[in-house]
Amino acid sequence: MTNVAVHLEAQQHAHEALASPTAHAEGQQHPIKLYLVVWGWLFVLSTCSYLVDYFGVHGYLRWSLILLFMVLKAGLIVAVFMHMAWERLALAYAILLPPVLVLVFVAIMVFESDYTHLLRVIFFAPTA
Amino acid sequence: MADTALTRQIEPPARPAGWQGIAADWSSDQRAFKNVSWGKAMMWIFLLSDTFIFSCFLLSYMTARMSTTVPWPNPSEVFALNIAGQHIPLILIAIMTFILISSSGTMAMAVNFGYRRDRAKTAALMLATAAFGATFVGMQAFEWTKLIMEGVRPWGNPWGAAQFGSCFFMITGFHGTHVTIGVIFLIIIARKVWRGDFDIERRGFFTSRKGQYEIVEITGLYWHFVDLVWVFIFALFYLW
Repeated sequence: MTNVAVHLEAQQHAHEALASPTAHAEGQQHPIKLYLVVWGWLFVLSTCSYLVDYFGVHGYLRWSLILLFMVLKAGLIVAVFMHMAWERLALAYAILLPPVLVLVFVAIMVFESDYTHLLRVIFFAPTA
Repeated sequence: MADTALTRQIEPPARPAGWQGIAADWSSDQRAFKNVSWGKAMMWIFLLSDTFIFSCFLLSYMTARMSTTVPWPNPSEVFALNIAGQHIPLILIAIMTFILISSSGTMAMAVNFGYRRDRAKTAALMLATAAFGATFVGMQAFEWTKLIMEGVRPWGNPWGAAQFGSCFFMITGFHGTHVTIGVIFLIIIARKVWRGDFDIERRGFFTSRKGQYEIVEITGLYWHFVDLVWVFIFALFYLW
């Protein structure tokens, strides 16, 4: 019994070392500077998205800029702050793929709300 | 005799990477998440479910906004403030965004110092994170008060589409609740770190399990998620 347990533990340690060469024997270990750099980038990106509103950019340029800054910020937070970049792919895909499928739901609701909007325009238009 | 057998190191087979790694990990008939503890895996899975909740909120907001025939109130104007005689659009929300991002920065460093077993710095950074979070909730309370005074209700508002109020209160209210729970969670764990629970392997009050510094990272995962949700709310509700 103990033989198996010790063997398993040894195996586990070996795997941890294999899976992430940067990881310390105990948990995630990265230089503080990395977090400060990401922090700085998040500030820059937030400022950029605020400036989009401040300067009143409109139309497709506004939406694409907002979405771009949003995705970049989300990516930085998940990859570095939440350490997803250093996890095994089995976890990363299990967690990150399902939310992508929400986009299908978004597409469905876009069609649905266009349809609702059309009905409202046709039937609830002021007749007088 | 048995000891010599124990100390002999047997090289385990290397784990494959990439797509082969995914197939191997998931089909290994053991556990799918190889080097992740159950606590961390369950926090990730909980966050995944929370992602769906917030996705549904934002989707219902999108549907309401796209299907209404009444113009949507301009968030840039609704959330503007007069500071020192200057009319600045959306300034309160911008400040709240910076505060939440800063709290994520301090949290990430707290995790780092936790794994270095630096009790004082970990606890201090976690409390700083909690303080940023509490400030955020306070500013949100101010924002809600201001809007309610101006006549925003879940069923109507002075500026346009009636659904604005219900979307606003539901989305920011749910997010604010998450921040509040996160602040409580942070304070509880910071107290344990400060007391040295994870160094002397003190058993937990509720589970009577020995804690590890990994709980700081798990708390951090929740906290970064709260920040992540705000990134989406900020872009899709306030800036759109």
